[in-house]
Order: sequence, then structure tokens, then C-alpha cells
Amino acid sequence: MKFRVPAQLIPLAASAAVLVLLYAGGCLAFDGFTSPRVVINLFGDNAFVGVAAVGATFVILSGGIDLSVGAVVALTTISVAALLGHGVPPLAAVLLVLAGGAAFGAFLGFIIHWFELPPFLITLGGMFLARGLGFMVHPESLGITHPFYGETVGGLAIPVAHVTTASGRVQTLTLPFTAQCFLAVVLVASVAAKWTRFGRNVYAIGSSESSARLMGVPVGKTKILVYTLAGFLSALGGVVATFYMQSGNPASFVGLELDAIAAVVIGGTLLRGGVGFISGTLVGVLILGIIQTLINFKGDLNTWWTKIAIGGLLLVFIMLQQALSRRRRE
Amino acid sequence: MSVVLPLVLWIALAAGLCFSRRSVVFWPLLALALLLLFNQLFTPGFFHVEIRGGHLYGTLIDILNQGAKVMLLALGMTLVIATGGVDLSVGAIMAIAGAVLAQRFVGAGWSPGLAIVAALALSVVAGAWNGLLVAVLRIQPIVATLILMVAGRGIAQLITDGQIITFENPTLVYLGNGFLLGLPFTLTLVLVMLALTAVLTRRTALGLFVEAVGDNETASHFTGLPARQVKFLAYVFAGFCAGLAGLVAASNIKCADSNHAGLYLELDAILAVVIGGTALTGGRFYLAGSMIGALLIQTLTQTLYMRNVSADIAPVPKAIVILAVCLLQSPKLRERLARLGGGRKRRAGA
Repeated sequence: MKFRVPAQLIPLAASAAVLVLLYAGGCLAFDGFTSPRVVINLFGDNAFVGVAAVGATFVILSGGIDLSVGAVVALTTISVAALLGHGVPPLAAVLLVLAGGAAFGAFLGFIIHWFELPPFLITLGGMFLARGLGFMVHPESLGITHPFYGETVGGLAIPVAHVTTASGRVQTLTLPFTAQCFLAVVLVASVAAKWTRFGRNVYAIGSSESSARLMGVPVGKTKILVYTLAGFLSALGGVVATFYMQSGNPASFVGLELDAIAAVVIGGTLLRGGVGFISGTLVGVLILGIIQTLINFKGDLNTWWTKIAIGGLLLVFIMLQQALSRRRRE
Repeated sequence: MSVVLPLVLWIALAAGLCFSRRSVVFWPLLALALLLLFNQLFTPGFFHVEIRGGHLYGTLIDILNQGAKVMLLALGMTLVIATGGVDLSVGAIMAIAGAVLAQRFVGAGWSPGLAIVAALALSVVAGAWNGLLVAVLRIQPIVATLILMVAGRGIAQLITDGQIITFENPTLVYLGNGFLLGLPFTLTLVLVMLALTAVLTRRTALGLFVEAVGDNETASHFTGLPARQVKFLAYVFAGFCAGLAGLVAASNIKCADSNHAGLYLELDAILAVVIGGTALTGGRFYLAGSMIGALLIQTLTQTLYMRNVSADIAPVPKAIVILAVCLLQSPKLRERLARLGGGRKRRAGA
């Protein structure tokens, strides 16, 4: 009679422990770290990565990979900025780019499924395509001055905490709309992954595509849907990024797909597919964000330590996954 | 000169196409020929080559010189992909090699030769690290090499302390910009490496080992092949090639730029290999195909430059080429087309 934690929960628990440790370490080392502002910024600053990473989670759960994330986010930001610049109403512009992102993802998914081609190559093609299209829309950074962005979106922030500043004034901290989008996406995606037929089909395909097909899972439809969803969420990440940056830039977010994949892996999802949780990705994104925050707080450390730290964490979590899957095989 | 060289080129291409009719290399070679034909007809000055100061100058020479990095990377990548893996970290290894070169030479005052050896040694270590993760710890290649892809540029910046280190040493500058017998030195480098790789893989059993491991690792292990060692060595070799490419890249611009050296070149290298006919699933590999693939990519880039397409928009035609090549190589597409044609109804695999 031995109590065993389910193997697929161990990576998630480990990620959560790392997150808590990093936060606790930050609180001990730096004075300002305990402020709720740090937590709020953690969600606000990483919202666009998080939204895109949720899409990447579905793709990876299905056993695929999406390299087009960063380029699609950049294409979306510049498209929104250009559309607003041409006088398109903001809501219409947002809906248009979301539909565009979904269509782009569906196109990639269609090629991947219909011609049985490796997702790695096709989404690589998608990356180049989206990157170039972004520069075709507008060749350089474009600011967004529409009042919708400053006032309407700003007004959607929810007050969550009060802090006393050094001068003795009480300040209300608000959760920005970007963070709300991020949390809502995580919530909806978690429900979709766990309790809908689509979600279960994704897990089934990721575990074994041939078994899933034999069980009667609509493999093709689900795969195309997964890439459509990833394209949609990348575009949504781009929209969130425009809220955050108040501008669009076709050259931005190079390598965002790597951050997204790293967040997914650190969150305990197996890159082989079939095992993982959306909530793990939330933890993964927060870990990446908190590393960045720690390095910012430290001040004298250079940004390249972020990359090395993320690489090191990736290594640790991949080793952990490897050890676990070996244990299960034995 | 400007008549003789294109003529020689066309004769060589035609001969190559005739000889490779039944080989995998035919399609990429045909694509290259079509692209060159397009330039012959519509891009004035594309085939103009002249002798200046004893060296050959012209767009064609530029393609060879600029394509050298991807050709070097593609050599290593071909073997890695043939074992059924992939190496995403070669661009980052290039940055590391350039960083070591510049830091050792400028910062530590080593001689150029020693700095080059140090850079190559660290690249081999980086390749061995990938090999360790893939062959010994059995981590999925995409994931295993992703680690160094993410961390590698950080390491390169750590080496150079975040600075862009410039150098003016004639030996180091010669590496990427020099001429040997009228042709760019990088071409010599590529040819030597290609010959070396070809001899090692085709004149010994090593190539067969690589293909066997890529086809079926378990089976080759049971037939007594050192499957793990073969995989390990493939990644070490890819690291070495990436190191060489990194030296050329640093020498080209006379400085080590950790952020941009080799950025996205791993994708170009993978693309070159796939265009050249080596399947991403591993197994048979085609070194000549990979070289043609690399030249095709570079010719496409150069064509776009010559036709004044902005460098920013250049990814779009590239993406179209990737998707088209993938589709052309998809057995599924051929099957569907055959069915559409309503012709022979031979079952696949029969």
C-alpha cells in the first residue's frame, strides 16, 4: 500500500513549487517585491505571451508544434494599428484580425493534415509568411492614438488593491484589461481542454494518433481545429499586445514562439503530446515573467541571464519529464 | 568573361539535370535552373561577372560567398536529420563561436589561430552537449536542441559581456572575405568540408550507419550498430559545422554580434536539407541535394535583392517556396493528384 501522486501531476506540482520558491526568494531579497503591484504587473506584462502560449499548449497537446506564434502576433499588432489608422472602428478591426488569425491557423492546419506534412516545416513557412505580410501591411512601427485604446480599455481595469505610497497617499491598484483577457482565456481553455469533446479528442490524438483514429476520433477535423484555435489565440495575443504597447510593429516579437513553447514545457506539458494542463502553462508563463522581474529588480544583472535561466529551467523540467516517463514505462 | 561563365554554368546545369533525372536531386536542381533562367531573362546584370584585382566579382560570386554559411550548416544538419533528429541550436552555436573568436582575440590577446581553435573547440563542446541530451539521455531532438537555442545567445552575450566586439586582423577578415585563386575563400572551405563529409560517409560505412539509425534505431541497435554513438557524433559534427559557419559570419562583418549572428539560419539550414530531398523523418540523405538547396535559398534571396524587393518582405516568397516544396514532396499530394488524373490505379506500396 503505497500512496503515489499521479505521474502527470508531478511536473505541474514541481512548476508550482518553483514559482512559489522564486516569488518567496524575491520577497526575501528585495524590499519592493512584496507589493501587490509586482503580482499585478506579472499578469499584465505577460498577458500576450500567456494568451499565445495557451494556443501553443493545445497544439503541443495534440502532438504538433507551432512556430508561427511570434510572427502572427506581430502581424496582428500592425494590422490593428493600420486598420485603426484607416478609420475602421476598433471593435470591427479587432474582430477582423481575430478572424484573420483563425483563418491563417486553419490554412496551416489544413495543409498539415491534408497532405500529412510535418507541422514543424509548415508552421515555419507560416512564420516567414506572416512576418513578411506584416511588413507589407506597414513597414515600420505605427502608434495607436484612437480614444478607444486610451480611455475605453483603460476604464475596464478592475481595482484590486490599495497601497500607500512613500508620500503617504493611498493609491488604488487596478488589474489591467490585458491581464483579465489572459485569465479569462486560461479559464475558458481549461474548461475546454478538460470537459469538452474537442479537448478530449486533442489529448487522444496527442497520445496516439492511430489509436485515436481507430477509436473513431475525427482526427482531421480536430487537428485543423487545433491550429485554427492556435491562430486565433495568437491573434488575440496580438490584440492584447496592442492594448499593452499602444502601437503595432511588424518587426516585434521575434522568438515569442520560443517563449511560448518554453512556458508550455516548464508548465509540465510533454512535447511528445497527450499529457499536460492549461493551468500548467499559466504557471509556466508566470515563472518566465518572475525570472524577468527578478532580473529587473536586481538591476546589475544583464538581460542575457534571462535566456540562460530559461534554458536552465527548460533543461531541469525536461529531465524531470524524462525521468517520470521512464518510471512509468518500467 | 561575362559570356563564358554563364555559358559554362548553363552547360553544367543541363548536364547535371540530365544525369540526375532519376535521382532526388533532380527537383531542387530544376528549381535552381528555373530561378536562374528567370534571372537570365528578366534581371539585368545578374550574370555579369568581371575580374577586378585578380578576383572574380559579380552576383553569382556573391551567391556562393553568402551561401557558404547555410551550406556549412546544411552539411551538419543533413547528417543530424538523417539520424531522424533535428538541430535547432546551430544558429546559437554560430553566435557562440563568433563570440569566442572575438573575445579571445581582442579581449585575451590570443593569436588568430588559437582564437579560431578555441571557437571551434567550444562549438564541438556545444554539439557534444546536444548529442549527450539526444543520444544518452534520449530526449526528443527538437526539445533537446531547443535548450541551447534559447540559452546559446545568452551564453554568447555572457562571453562578450554584451558588447559587439570588432576586429581588424587580416587573418580573421580573410576567413569570410578573402579570395583564393580568384574565388572566395569561403567556397574553398565549403568544398573541403563537403569533400571530407562525402568521403567519410560514402567511402566508409559511416553513412550507411547514419541511414540505418535514422530508418530504424531499434533495429540497427539489434544488428549491432553503435546507434547511440552514431547519433552523438552527428550532433558533434553539426556543432563543428556551425562553429565554422559562425567564424565565417563573424569574419564577414568583422565583428561578433551575439544577437544577430546566425539568427534564423538554423531554419534556412533545415529548409536546405529538406529541399535537397532528405526527409525529416530520417533515413537516406543527400549531401549534394542539401548544397543545391542552400544555393537555391541564397539565389532566391539574391534575386529579391537585385529586384529591389525590400529585405523585410523577402520572407513571403521564401514562405511560398517552403510550402510549395513541402507540397511537392508530399506523397499524399502525389497520390491525390494521381487519383484526380484518374490514370493508373496502382495502390501505394504495391
